[in-house]
Amino acid sequence: MTEPILKLEGLTKYFDTTAGGIFSRKKGTVKAVDGIDLEIMPGQTVGLVGESGCGKTTVGRTVLKLYEPTSGKIVFEGRDITNLSRHDMKPLRAQMQMIFQDPFASLNPRQTVGSLIGATFDIQGITPPGGVKVEVERLMERVGLNPEHVNRYPHEFSGGQRQRIGVARAIALKPKLIVADEPVSALDVSIQAQVVNLLDDLQNEFGMSYLFVAHDLSVVQHISDRVIVMYLGKIMEDADKHDLFSSPRHPYTKALLSAVPVPDPIKGRQRERIILQGDLPSPMNPPSGCVFNTRCWKVQEKCRTDVPALIQIAPNHRLACHFPEPA
Amino acid sequence: MADVAVVDSEVADATVVQRTPRQIAWMRFRRNKVGVISACVALFFIFGAYLAPIITRILGLSNTKTYPETLNGFAMPVGGAGGMSLSHPLGVEPGAGRDLLALLLYGSRISFSVAIITSVASIGLGMLIGITTGYFRGKVDAIVGRFSDFLLSFPSTFMIIALALPLTQRVEALHIAQDNGARIVVLVVFFVFFGWPGFARLVRSQAFSMRERDFVMAAQALGASSWRIITKELLPNLWPTAIVFLSISLPGYLAAEAVFSFLGVGVQAPASTFGLVLSDAVTYWRDDPAYLIIPSAYLIIIVLSLNLLGDAIRDALDPKNSPS
Repeated sequence: MTEPILKLEGLTKYFDTTAGGIFSRKKGTVKAVDGIDLEIMPGQTVGLVGESGCGKTTVGRTVLKLYEPTSGKIVFEGRDITNLSRHDMKPLRAQMQMIFQDPFASLNPRQTVGSLIGATFDIQGITPPGGVKVEVERLMERVGLNPEHVNRYPHEFSGGQRQRIGVARAIALKPKLIVADEPVSALDVSIQAQVVNLLDDLQNEFGMSYLFVAHDLSVVQHISDRVIVMYLGKIMEDADKHDLFSSPRHPYTKALLSAVPVPDPIKGRQRERIILQGDLPSPMNPPSGCVFNTRCWKVQEKCRTDVPALIQIAPNHRLACHFPEPA
Repeated sequence: MADVAVVDSEVADATVVQRTPRQIAWMRFRRNKVGVISACVALFFIFGAYLAPIITRILGLSNTKTYPETLNGFAMPVGGAGGMSLSHPLGVEPGAGRDLLALLLYGSRISFSVAIITSVASIGLGMLIGITTGYFRGKVDAIVGRFSDFLLSFPSTFMIIALALPLTQRVEALHIAQDNGARIVVLVVFFVFFGWPGFARLVRSQAFSMRERDFVMAAQALGASSWRIITKELLPNLWPTAIVFLSISLPGYLAAEAVFSFLGVGVQAPASTFGLVLSDAVTYWRDDPAYLIIPSAYLIIIVLSLNLLGDAIRDALDPKNSPS
């Protein structure tokens, strides 16, 4: 068995909310990520889904140590990087990169495309064969941009093209892991497919792993090998893509899947639609027991008191529920 | 045939020509007529100020010499429009009878020096403090922020008037500078001391919001140092703010210098600055209005051209402006 490229053990990230200026005091703790265990194999794409505010973006950022984890362990290629200093972390940053959600915010408006992509080599102190300029133009061509536009500014490109610039920047150093934080949710549907396919092609070419954070289940279904469903900072279900989409075992997964639009209106009317009541509870004050108990239609007394453990129910299938759906 | 081929290759060259950002900005600037004109005007006056000794020598004038033959028995200039003539293009000063053009040229040299040093120093200091407090936040930010609030709410004009004399004497006693030089040093230090918080606060708020933007996080994900993020990611986005602020504060300090020497705090006679000339002119305004109007117009033209120039530079540097 090969070693996972990334392994998270009980990863948590809490944000303290404070009030006041110089004499600030703690008001509360937001448990954005609350005990995540997962493994990503080389060349694998893991989709991380969940509704807004469930902590999936925080997971992605904590993995890259853009946020300091509160507790738990981050193991990258067998090496514990949880407590690495900023300085020790720097060489590893070439191995793990990020693609951002908003292509309008992730590119410095005052830098040309050439300097945006070229900065990766500059910061890491790497000189690619043939020089930075040649490599930047090669990368631009690879992601489907015209290399003649190297001196243009981000605002002169469309959303899809900007996201390609972001992709070129992320793959410039040939990383082994890319955290894609909702890379297509800000794009038009027609452009989404292009960018998703580009990511797919690049994976076939370079063999990197993706942690693909998204809320659009159809995109996740298209690109992922495995899908992890998160709710309120915790993993609800983690399964092979086919298992998860064909026979979801967690009530929350089932509810999510029932919300995916079906192109065929006749089938769409026939299928069972589960509408969850209420809103996502505050991560500052999560419910006791199973975090989903406030909205679950199968809730029992046990759900309000006992936290369900994330257990292996089948090979490549983990689940955190006291009363799972039948397979 | 040969001609056609040449034309074709030229067209091909023209389509692949690549311009650096600087060239694009320069091209945009050249297209802005108001900007080019105000740049010419501003440069004309700046050169006039710094080449004052040469210009006055060419015209055969002096800022210290008096010309009694141009004054009548009441010590007022002979002839209309403040005694304008070929030998004295802007007329002469009533009373002493010095040449007004020479006075203004030498005077604007002092005013420009004070304004440029003050603006650059206060903007540089404000940029440094604003960007570091905005990027690093924390306790230092809170303390520096309250201190700048204190400075902004302080009645600085009264403090300058009250402390100018003792501080000038102190500067003279320390042999840093003498006489008008010492007064200029005191004025510049005061202006910078009270000038940086305004800009620092502006920069801080911008750095504060920018540090949360994804492009800063992208740089962090690449392992960029804080120094690199500040200089390469934040600073380029703050230049336009600095230029606009410079275009406001440069004429502002020019005017402030005039105000303080008008009030008798800054540079003193026999040197001449806008403030001194204008305070002198106020006493003569009934009998010799040209003596008041000409220096005022001179000051207004400089201030206006610098303001318009600042706007034009900002527009040229903004990549979001229509490319072309």
